[in-house]
Amino acid sequence: MSFSTWIQMGGYAMFVWPAYGIAAAALGLLALGSIRRYRLAQRRLAVMMATRRGEDA
Amino acid sequence: MHRFANPARFMRMSQIVLPWLTVVTTLLLVAGLVLSFVAPPDYQQGESVRIMFVHVPAAWMAMCAYTSLAAASAAALIWRHPLAEIAAEETAPLGAVFTGLCLVTGSLWGQPMWGTWWAWDARMTSVLVLFFLYLGYMALLNAFDDPTRGRRAAAILALVGFVNVPIIKFSVDWWNTLHQPASVLRVGGPTIDPSILLPLLIMAVAFTLLFATLLVVRMRAALIERKIRVLDAAAGGALG
Amino acid sequence: MTRKRRRLIFVLAGMSCLGIATFLVLNAFDDNLVFFYSPTDLVQKHPGTTKRLRIGGLVENGSLVTSEGGKRFNFKVTDGKTDLSVSYLGVAPALFREGQGVVAEGKMAADGRFEAATLLAKHDEKYMPPEVADALKKSGEWRPDQQAAAPGAADAPTSSKNAGDAPANSASARP
Repeated sequence: MSFSTWIQMGGYAMFVWPAYGIAAAALGLLALGSIRRYRLAQRRLAVMMATRRGEDA
Repeated sequence: MHRFANPARFMRMSQIVLPWLTVVTTLLLVAGLVLSFVAPPDYQQGESVRIMFVHVPAAWMAMCAYTSLAAASAAALIWRHPLAEIAAEETAPLGAVFTGLCLVTGSLWGQPMWGTWWAWDARMTSVLVLFFLYLGYMALLNAFDDPTRGRRAAAILALVGFVNVPIIKFSVDWWNTLHQPASVLRVGGPTIDPSILLPLLIMAVAFTLLFATLLVVRMRAALIERKIRVLDAAAGGALG
Repeated sequence: MTRKRRRLIFVLAGMSCLGIATFLVLNAFDDNLVFFYSPTDLVQKHPGTTKRLRIGGLVENGSLVTSEGGKRFNFKVTDGKTDLSVSYLGVAPALFREGQGVVAEGKMAADGRFEAATLLAKHDEKYMPPEVADALKKSGEWRPDQQAAAPGAADAPTSSKNAGDAPANSASARP
């Protein structure tokens, strides 16, 4: 099967590809958002702990 | 119960598990995606059957996440455990995304196969209700000035809404719907050919692991944020 | 009794009450939750010609006649017990064919036919590659009696007469 027939998805290209595209976008953004929030929290905590140690010393 | 659900212990354990979970999730997602396009077309639905590999796992996760949300809410209400509260709060947005995904992909599948983007059959209506339950939960959580009250109100909504989950599952058996009857979890075994069932199951496991991974990441973030708030308050108190 | 225990009992009791209430409500609304009526339901109900409603069943084999340049579809919908003549003008969905499940929305005409404004195709819960479908048919392992595509299967058992012919039409041809 050639690439061009594959991409046509038997005539259902306009349904199959958006379905996968939306799924990838939604789950990708969800994952990115979650990871960014986690990293940000980690960094803020690290900064806080560092300044605290500084104050204690 | 408390011994296993201790936030400090959760942080320690999840730190070890998280890298492995991430790797396995990624591998299974890639495998599932490849298999979704290697699988043969359906004898009636042709290539459009590939939408199933996203739609059905998303639908399962929508229900699975709601079950977790209800269980965590019950634990939070009864035992007042902070980890259960956080688990419930972080499950809701994940479940909402999976439910939204299920609705959108279902619409994209319904148009070419049934001839309609949407119909008010019992299955679709009950899934739409599920979507609004998630949104309602998240809205209620932030609707009160006192976060404890918001959490409690949201937890009660989560428990009340749980009746919807069996309705979704059995809607196709109880009433005649546009949806076909169950084809995987049914008496007498699946009615899907192994060549199509395998990608579906791998995608389902991949979605489940993705849900677990993201839940762990978000719960860790939420626990750290809580710690920051406590430290902030302590520092503010010391200064003032 | 500790407070935790009391809360546990509260939650369990609340959930049980809710479950029972939901069950009763769903039972009461049973008729309104039906997405479509079977031809047999319709004969019993006599809905009149003004009410817009949905009917569902299998497109009876040999009943489909297309006219007006392929846009007018006249066919019979059956649930195995009762037949209903349906007329539809428009574009039919890809899965629409004889032997296949169908849901039509519209009104009863004065002459007893059902005049459909929209036509939806139903498919069954079976998924398989075309080669497997062909092989099953060749070996005689095809069991159309399990084909629950027949809507209204809940009230009326699928007629093997109609469903039995289904595979011949729903053969491997892709839409």
